[in-house]
Amino acid sequence: MTPVPRERHLLRARDAVDARYREPLDVPELARIAHLSPAHFSREFRRAFGETPHQYLQMRRLERAAALLRQTDRSVANICLTVGLKSIGSFTTSFGRMFGMSPAAYRAAHPPAIKRARVPTCILFAQARPQTAVFEKTARAAPD
Amino acid sequence: MLKSLTTTQVWVHDQDEALAFYTEKLGMELREDVTVPEFGNFRWLTVGVPGQEDVSVVLMAIPGPPVFDEETRQRIGELMAKGAATALFFATDDIQSTYDELKSRGVEFQQEPTEQPYGIDAGFRDPSGNSMRMAQLG
Repeated sequence: MTPVPRERHLLRARDAVDARYREPLDVPELARIAHLSPAHFSREFRRAFGETPHQYLQMRRLERAAALLRQTDRSVANICLTVGLKSIGSFTTSFGRMFGMSPAAYRAAHPPAIKRARVPTCILFAQARPQTAVFEKTARAAPD
Repeated sequence: MLKSLTTTQVWVHDQDEALAFYTEKLGMELREDVTVPEFGNFRWLTVGVPGQEDVSVVLMAIPGPPVFDEETRQRIGELMAKGAATALFFATDDIQSTYDELKSRGVEFQQEPTEQPYGIDAGFRDPSGNSMRMAQLG
């Protein structure tokens, strides 16, 4: 059997980013997956994929955060933690660097999440009934 | 007018390793396995999804000379190992149970089942680095 190309080990580390970006992953951990020293791993990863493992991980998290800003109404802080980032300050800064605006502005620039969510119409209709609606049976039963 | 698609191909790093993965881990069936001594022991190896008789996947070793020069063979191997070569898309009726099953057999997933506008899909890899996806279409 011919030896496995070293790119295959790098790809396994990159797949780990895709699968586990929500976890506290870091470059030493990824280097272990690729069976390389952290410094060597970063160089080889960049040679193979055109960006450093740190950049790839960061991009993956920010790209997921952007999707959550578009598709949910969760708070910016919640989304920051959900994608595996710890500091809201640096999240806002790096988000701005990648998308050219703050997370809040990015959300405001897209249609509200509720327009995208495919909530069944019957449920929305039911929820839209006035709070004061009185059911006939209840009304009759209630001695008032 | 073309009638149907019958066969598609993925490059693989090692045919025995690939065959074990596609049959034992993914549960596909061996269709053809023929070695031709006259052509440098060229091995035609195909698998398919049980029940879908008319579509097969060739597990093709990357050939060197006389088909490709050594550098080309090498570069295809590198691209494949980087996940930049081929992809296969599968369908399943129950993605969660299929995911659990494949995962328990050691299949490497890079995306667990995720809701998409078209259904639920998940992504994994074959040992060579080829991208595999499966979807339960909604």
